[in-house]
Amino acid sequence: MFEGLRDKLSGAFKILSGKGKISERNVEEAIQVVKNSLLAADVNYKVVKEFVENVKKRALGEEVLKSLTPDQMFIKIIRDELIALLGEKESFKLIHRPSYVMMVGLQGTGKTTSAAKIANYLKRQGKHPILVAADTYRPAAIDQLETLGKKIGVPVVAGDRKNAIKIVEEAMKTVRDSGYDVVILDTAGRLHIDDEMMKELDDIKALVNPDEILLTVDAMAGQDAVNSGKVFNDRLGVTGFVVTKLDGDSRGGVILTIRHITGKPIKFVGVGEKIDDFDEFYPDRMASRILGLGDVLSLIDRVEKELDQEKMEKMGEKFIRAEFTLEDFKEQIKEIKKLGMDKILEALPGAPQIDINTSEKELKRVEAIINSMTPQERNNPDIINASRKKRIAFGSGTTVQDINKLLKSYEEMKKLMKMFKKGKVPFALRGLKF
Amino acid sequence: MGFFDKLKDGLKKSRDSFFNTIGRILKTKKFDKDTRDEIEELLISADVGVEATEYILSRLEEENPEDAFGTLKKILVEILSSNNKLNVPDEKPFVISMVGVNGSGKTTTCGKLAQMFRSEGKQVVIGACDTFRAAAIDQLKIWAERANSTFIAHMEGADAAAVAYDAVNHALSKGKDVVILDTAGRLHNKKHLMDELQKIGRVIQKVIPAAPHEVLLVIDAVTGQNGLQQAKVFKEAVNVTGIVLTKLDGTAKGGIAIAIAKELGIPIKFIGVGESVEDLKPFVPSDFVDALMLGDEVEDA
Repeated sequence: MFEGLRDKLSGAFKILSGKGKISERNVEEAIQVVKNSLLAADVNYKVVKEFVENVKKRALGEEVLKSLTPDQMFIKIIRDELIALLGEKESFKLIHRPSYVMMVGLQGTGKTTSAAKIANYLKRQGKHPILVAADTYRPAAIDQLETLGKKIGVPVVAGDRKNAIKIVEEAMKTVRDSGYDVVILDTAGRLHIDDEMMKELDDIKALVNPDEILLTVDAMAGQDAVNSGKVFNDRLGVTGFVVTKLDGDSRGGVILTIRHITGKPIKFVGVGEKIDDFDEFYPDRMASRILGLGDVLSLIDRVEKELDQEKMEKMGEKFIRAEFTLEDFKEQIKEIKKLGMDKILEALPGAPQIDINTSEKELKRVEAIINSMTPQERNNPDIINASRKKRIAFGSGTTVQDINKLLKSYEEMKKLMKMFKKGKVPFALRGLKF
Repeated sequence: MGFFDKLKDGLKKSRDSFFNTIGRILKTKKFDKDTRDEIEELLISADVGVEATEYILSRLEEENPEDAFGTLKKILVEILSSNNKLNVPDEKPFVISMVGVNGSGKTTTCGKLAQMFRSEGKQVVIGACDTFRAAAIDQLKIWAERANSTFIAHMEGADAAAVAYDAVNHALSKGKDVVILDTAGRLHNKKHLMDELQKIGRVIQKVIPAAPHEVLLVIDAVTGQNGLQQAKVFKEAVNVTGIVLTKLDGTAKGGIAIAIAKELGIPIKFIGVGESVEDLKPFVPSDFVDALMLGDEVEDA
């Protein structure tokens, strides 16, 4: 996500970098690059025009032209303006009990998946959500929600499976005097210009008085996202957006557009096909990400959410006591794989542009090698002699050189651990903050 | 309602419909600086993209036409015209595989295509190769029943290539005319998912070496500039032979198809202009551009 926009914008910054003094022409040139980058990222034409005007006004002022580091000043202006476009963070607000959440949007934007993801998100927070399958148009949409509900252990109301209003009424009956505190309604995808279908949403809204009406928007959407977003908002008064499919390589211009055009915040983003691939939206983090400054905070959130805390703590202790074995090494690789290499790298500022597929392959190879060792070998690698190496290489489909490489890096790690234990942190690492 | 009317109807719904506006501007104006800026904005707003827009504008500049309207139409038709018909092989079955990102409308298009072939009196086999998305198999099964087609499916989570193999094998042994394979939606930047798609191709080639005869990439008309990247990566992976542009009945203009045709030379073969079965239409460049550009004028005539 955003790599394209990031690369293009850095082209603009390069024009200004390394120059002690810059001219108006340099700035104009950089601004033109910014304009084209935003357009190529599907940011709405009108928004781009406004953005460029604002940047121009500030960038041609004294602060950039006289600055000793004009490129840094320019990046700061772009970042400020991006944050202004993205607006303040606004949280998901549930007021009533039970509260109703309506998922609405065009066909194929990811309403059903997002409904299940929100239910899962709420469940993790200790709430008791229930899903309502009110998409009676798309064949098997109800089955889809039921399958997802089963997966996350959240019940799904489907009523007579024919009439959306009746299904919603049935759901209201079900939750009355029950322990469910949030009711998430999945509605059928529809075109904003289909009056009859839009009326169904009016009716459902009037029936349940929802706390949240979330419009799902595809991150790959182009210039027309503004039109549909506006019509849905004008008619229903949406409370926020869920931007889906952000794990693609789209440049996500819609994120920079819809808040500004509708005044409504983005509340969640879908970042993958797994049910946990769903994050709250933080505008400032997103701006940093677009500018290639990384997003370590979201990475920490993910680590906290997805990794087995207990296991990690145990491993940390072992590490300090220098008892870290190859078995532990394997466990750690598993955890990294769970998070996804791509997501880790993307969140790190200035992370090297490495080929994710090859590094994932590398991880797999290491895992295979360790899997081919006996428990004894894993806990005491010193016993691995030439004939054992041959056997391991054969078993894991690798070569003896690969085994040597792995053992060598393990030895180096162990040395480092011993130094930690004795308090002798190597000179090279002393400057680092832990 | 004919295709032309339906398309026009779709466009009419949006008052500031892009090509309509172009029609109006260009009819009265010669191609000059102001018109140029306006056209630029309009093309960009239709998702044609910066590069294709610049190309179209440079063509207009070159010709510097009195009738900018007619010239623009000529250029657009020219970009869109090539190989818009299906490549039907001499020997049956005709194998079509449907690919695309999530939510673009693959399963629905499969159903509509099956119905289209049925109405031509063809025997159709549908293979449910989307074994990933929850209930995708159920959804396709309903479409297969509607289209009175043979439905081949395995369990959810099964190997997609195995389903494809069975579907093609069945069609070959029973002498069926057409096989339509619905694959799971996948983002083109997920390498392992693109590998899976290539595997489907390899496996069916064991039955019919020239298959699939058509690989249709389904693209939502709402798609922005990422559509070009989608087309590029899918083409490299599975040699896409055509585009199906869906959901053109909304307010989105599907201008990305112009960029795709121009940059990659992939033709559009079908467009989707509504929810019902007959709303999948063969793509006719001149009709498409006429309907888009003339808009209100046709109505007056």
